[in-house]
Amino acid sequence: MITADRKPFEEIKESVKDYKKIMVLGCETCVAICQAGGEKEAEILASELRLAFGNEGNKVEVNDELVVRQCDDEFMADPAFLEKVKEADVILSIACGVGVQHACKFFNRVITDKPIRVIPGLNTTFMGANIDVGLWEERCLGCGDCVLEKTGGICPIARCAKSLLNGPCGGSSDGKCEINKELDCAWNLIIERLEVLGDLERIKPVEMYKDWRSSYSGGPRKRVREDLRL
Amino acid sequence: MKSGSNLERLLEKGEFVVTGELGPPKGPDVDVVKKKAAMLKGNVDAVNITDNQTAIVRMSSIATAKILIEEGLEPNMQMVARDRNRIAMMSDLFGASAFGIKNMLCLSGDHQSFGNHPEAKNVFDIDSIQMIYMVKTMRDDHKMICGEEIEGDFKMFIGAASNPFADPFQYRVHRLAKKVEAGVDFIQTQCIYDMKRFKEFMKQVVDMGLHEKCKILAGVTPLKSVGMARYMAANVSGIIIPEEIIDRLKGAGKGNVATEGIKILCEQMQELKETEGIAGIHLMAIEWEHKVAEIMEKVGFLPRPTI
Repeated sequence: MITADRKPFEEIKESVKDYKKIMVLGCETCVAICQAGGEKEAEILASELRLAFGNEGNKVEVNDELVVRQCDDEFMADPAFLEKVKEADVILSIACGVGVQHACKFFNRVITDKPIRVIPGLNTTFMGANIDVGLWEERCLGCGDCVLEKTGGICPIARCAKSLLNGPCGGSSDGKCEINKELDCAWNLIIERLEVLGDLERIKPVEMYKDWRSSYSGGPRKRVREDLRL
Repeated sequence: MKSGSNLERLLEKGEFVVTGELGPPKGPDVDVVKKKAAMLKGNVDAVNITDNQTAIVRMSSIATAKILIEEGLEPNMQMVARDRNRIAMMSDLFGASAFGIKNMLCLSGDHQSFGNHPEAKNVFDIDSIQMIYMVKTMRDDHKMICGEEIEGDFKMFIGAASNPFADPFQYRVHRLAKKVEAGVDFIQTQCIYDMKRFKEFMKQVVDMGLHEKCKILAGVTPLKSVGMARYMAANVSGIIIPEEIIDRLKGAGKGNVATEGIKILCEQMQELKETEGIAGIHLMAIEWEHKVAEIMEKVGFLPRPTI
């Protein structure tokens, strides 16, 4: 899933201080699961803003709404919902960066008589997994050319701080990374896993230069499935 | 000859070589470089020039190496994968070769989070092993990574590092084997204090015949104080300092610790010279360049051989 953290409250408050009618828009998918931008978080943020502005004697209307996914048109097309979007001075989206951008584009496409302002309430962090209660870790950088079959299912691109493709650097110590003793050395994990699988031979040949064109280095990416296009 | 450098020729001749190390200044102060160079001149066979070591911004290794050549020393230019993509690496290598730099060391590089600009974006386009292969292809096939021909003659004696004290220990020799497979000519190891573990590592190296495919220089650093020893053991990744060494330093008493540190170093250098598979020493006297002559004299490694 995509994980995110809520921006500091003061930063959010500063970003919406010039508006009288604010819609906090939650997203029910990834950021709801990582408890950053779902229904509950939208309600809490709306209350906090109401309270903060109210204490300052600032008359601001703050509502909260929720859609299943802000990265998909079909979940935002309800006319009653769009009417509320139109009435707001600003949409404070607590989706990931994808959701913020997509909601902005969609609202401004379907609502033509007024520009819709959408701003973020979260900092999007990474593609990761929920490892334990309250713990998420990065697992994939979306490089577009998966190497997991060679590395025992542990990604050296995303999980080695140097994205090394040929084994642990000289900073690997007691299974931990040189940059942080809390961080597992990805190559240590890879070697342990391959040992169990009896596949250590796989990482003995030199792994050649990676072609980064399939990653972000090749420029922003687009995926086209001609068979699905009308 | 691969590059015809002094280092390569001495190693080919079977001489027991000693390389030194020079950390460039945090600015364009040429005098700092010249002063350190003067302390090393004639006392070592080649001098490593660090490339923004521990991710702290310093004069570039290529420029510092050029100054060393002008001062009559032979540089071993370090290059890290942290700050340059393959385009910048090949370009800088052409420049280095044009300046007469004939030795280099291919390194991953310390992560920028250790340095004075932890906010920086890193590169890590290719890793140190791929860098070795890249330089070898440039030298032996006269080709860039893309396959295009190189204009002019590119010569380089290719080095890399090995850290027998990092983990997982049983894999370290295989990582060295990968460097050999990629085409490395010589290896300089991380600072050795744990002689037992180093000898275990060297046994694996010799059993695999790796010492016959590349020249291995054993890394050493004098310990100036008990504090330095404790700091290095706790904070420098991949360094193990056995308690008995720390005890010896402590036992030397006030005012004598540095002398004891040098004594320990000289014993280590002698022991390493006798170790099978070791072709030389890499003496990293960090900010202690003025002691190099004394150390080399004490250990009986002077004068340096000439070709």
